[in-house]
Amino acid sequence: MRKTWKSAFTVIFGVMLALPHLAQAAENEVNLYSERQSFLIDPLLKAFTKQTGIQVNAVYLKKGLFERLRLEGRNSPADAVLTNDIGILYNLAKADLLQAANSPVLDSNIPPNLRHPDGLWYGLSLRARVIYAHKDRVKPGEVTTYEDLAKPEMAGRVCTRSGKHIYNVSLLASIIAADGREAAVAWARGLKNSLARRPQGNDRAQVKAVFEGLCDFSLGNTYYMGKMATNEKEPEQKQWANSVNIIFPNQQGRGTHVNISGAGVTKHAKNKDNAVKLIEYLSGDTAQKQYAMGNFEYPVRAGIALHPLVASWGKFKADTVSLSVIAEKRTEASKIMDEVGFDQ
Amino acid sequence: MTGGQSLSGRTRRHLKIDGWTLGTAAISLAVMLPILAVILLAFSPGDDIWGHLSSTVLPLYVANTVQLMIGVGCGTFLIGVGGAWLVTMYRFPGKAVFEWALLLPMAMPAYVIAYVYTDILEYAGPVQGALRDLFGWTSVRQYWFPEIRSLGGAISMMTLVLYPYVYLLSRAAFLEQSVGVLEASRVLGRNQWQSFYSVALPLARPAIVIGISLVLMETLNDFGTVDFFAVYTLTLGIFDVWMNMSNIAGAAQLASLMLLFVIALVLVERFSRHNKWFHQTTSTYKDLPGYELVGMKGWLALFVCSFPVLLGFIFPSGVLLTYAVTHFDRAVNAVVLESAGNSLLLSGTAAVIAVLVAIFMAYGVRIKGGRALKVLTRLASMGYAVPGSVLAVGVIAVLASLDNTIDDFMRQNFGFSTGLMFSGTIAAVIFAYLVRFLALSFGTVEASLTKITPSMDGAARTLGHGAFSTLRRVHMPLMRTSILTAAMLVFVDGMKELPLTIILRPFNFQTLATYVHQFASDEQLGEASLAALTIVGTGIVPVILLSYVIRKSRPGQETR
Repeated sequence: MRKTWKSAFTVIFGVMLALPHLAQAAENEVNLYSERQSFLIDPLLKAFTKQTGIQVNAVYLKKGLFERLRLEGRNSPADAVLTNDIGILYNLAKADLLQAANSPVLDSNIPPNLRHPDGLWYGLSLRARVIYAHKDRVKPGEVTTYEDLAKPEMAGRVCTRSGKHIYNVSLLASIIAADGREAAVAWARGLKNSLARRPQGNDRAQVKAVFEGLCDFSLGNTYYMGKMATNEKEPEQKQWANSVNIIFPNQQGRGTHVNISGAGVTKHAKNKDNAVKLIEYLSGDTAQKQYAMGNFEYPVRAGIALHPLVASWGKFKADTVSLSVIAEKRTEASKIMDEVGFDQ
Repeated sequence: MTGGQSLSGRTRRHLKIDGWTLGTAAISLAVMLPILAVILLAFSPGDDIWGHLSSTVLPLYVANTVQLMIGVGCGTFLIGVGGAWLVTMYRFPGKAVFEWALLLPMAMPAYVIAYVYTDILEYAGPVQGALRDLFGWTSVRQYWFPEIRSLGGAISMMTLVLYPYVYLLSRAAFLEQSVGVLEASRVLGRNQWQSFYSVALPLARPAIVIGISLVLMETLNDFGTVDFFAVYTLTLGIFDVWMNMSNIAGAAQLASLMLLFVIALVLVERFSRHNKWFHQTTSTYKDLPGYELVGMKGWLALFVCSFPVLLGFIFPSGVLLTYAVTHFDRAVNAVVLESAGNSLLLSGTAAVIAVLVAIFMAYGVRIKGGRALKVLTRLASMGYAVPGSVLAVGVIAVLASLDNTIDDFMRQNFGFSTGLMFSGTIAAVIFAYLVRFLALSFGTVEASLTKITPSMDGAARTLGHGAFSTLRRVHMPLMRTSILTAAMLVFVDGMKELPLTIILRPFNFQTLATYVHQFASDEQLGEASLAALTIVGTGIVPVILLSYVIRKSRPGQETR
């Protein structure tokens, strides 16, 4: 009997010891927790592996990324995180879960306002939150600011996705940052009055609703326009895109609200060098072109050509408020959306 | 129905700490740990959300949640019990097909059916398009059409895919009923409807209650459908507090509040069964009456049964199939195949483990009894009601602290690191499935076990069989159908499982559900159509198999 226990223990113990090492068999690799969807960045990761020989292992998750990294602690296998918003980067930095990349390459590729002062996180691409306006039903100059959409005469003319979606919460946070809480509440309340229907669907669905005549304006991120206008798989989306113009709001004032997709090196990275190499690659010419051409985003690196369609919308002035401020004001913004019953 | 006494009552005097008691308690505790971790999380530091929530959106969350549960509860009861009664007791056109076809919608994930119906019923969809062509309307402002993205829409979608739980359990219960009691009722002057209402329904009550409580728990934890339809339930509220307010403590508090909902449900179920033991008193099984429904009645039965099958399965599958054909070149690829393999591996393993654990626990409670053990096993099956993503954090908390504790110990005493042994492995995902789906297997197995009269145990033990031998040679054969039912429920739910898999999976790991989600959430259903169909297709096989077994299972008749 004792012998059985002993051998059972040996086996279990042996397996326990072997497991983590089996998992980390590959030497030259980098482990990624990614909030960005795989079909968006897979091509970039493959190109990176081809160029450097570094294998990229990824888990794609949105909810739970922060908690998984925090709870796994110093043994977490993740070397880098990739996000489609400032929020998680900000929270990770605040919780001391990221480390400085100390990369001159990154510091020179990415302008200072799009990265953490100590290099804890880096922006990799920019997207602007703009107004989509119907070509015929909206007169030129009728709407030039976010605030215009919240005016009483706009009643029943605006469509948007949920007010609690992170894109809209961020926009509201930027209004809090610019004009204070009271103005933000008034704006959210006004915008709610302008809605043609209860918020639902994603940014694309709003443009579709404009196309269908349900509303005249919608709020949306820029890259959706590119994706719809060039959608060969579902050509009807081209018609939606074709029915609207893009308005960059607040050009006379603080500028259009922008957000980033970004990356950071985890505090307990086992493959820190490879993680830095990956982020450097993503900020480099090839990858930045891919962000611009493949995903219709604005590259963070200067001197990269925009997609012709994106370029055709013209240059715009971006709100220069610090992204950390936006991230900080989020909770308040989210609560304001509840207060005004935006989605009800 | 007799006032039989539970085994535990008689054995309590001899209660001692032994393998069954310890094992049952240990497994229950292990499965409860992630749920406890969530509750613990509720006490971690974080801003107080209650002042804000209760003065703003909490009433809406609660109202929507309650309405959703009432709607889905009533809908699944009507379709599930009604369908089961019709196909079990009557003969009408298509009956043989409906026996199994009524189960089919079970294989359809709620989020997939929601995407499909939105595609079809929204403004740009074919239905409204045809109406516009027909009546010459040109804009959405000229006519009214029911909004699919609404509370009513969510109730319809969930009812359509969840009623099979109620159907499955109540049909099994009806089949196990002796015709004798029904005949007695008819002899005593009750008509068919009265016999159903006052005899068959009460006899099937434990099974129906379990079916509906499973449905309600699933309704409560649903994220995909309510998110897509923008119906603000408690579950959406949890994610809002978690993600938009970066307040996991507040989210865990809301999740704990939801657990109270569930404990209430469980108590209602326990209370309704309190001291009532539903053992059959007669072992006379004759052919079921099979009343012939002729003429209009027959066609009406056909219509009633085809309605849920058409809407919950045939129509959405047809739409997916059309997409899959149109997008065939992009829908088929190596990733789909590999994902299918992963899905089968996870769901299959989880089904086997969940059923073995359920049998062990249910039998442990039966022979050892004790209030504490009963409460423990009950609490262990609460994972089904916690929203998947929240439960996933609980699982990570448990496994990561286990891993890190071992690692610290090894580093200190032996000078090397063992790293994370369980976190981020397939084993972690399977453990999470067990935590989540134990309610399915345990509920099914336990319901079946309580129907076996304790005198069976007594007889076997008198004949010199030990507890394990009695279980293997007496109970397991009697419970065969329920054991298969339990395995199938876990398997099919595992194939559809999304949030736990997404958060807990290892690197470079994809299941069919995560694959579908990745595209469908970006409103690219075409790309994901084949994978979605594969989930449905893989789910159908055990469903049909099971239906066949259930049909053959009726005591006293091999074929019909």
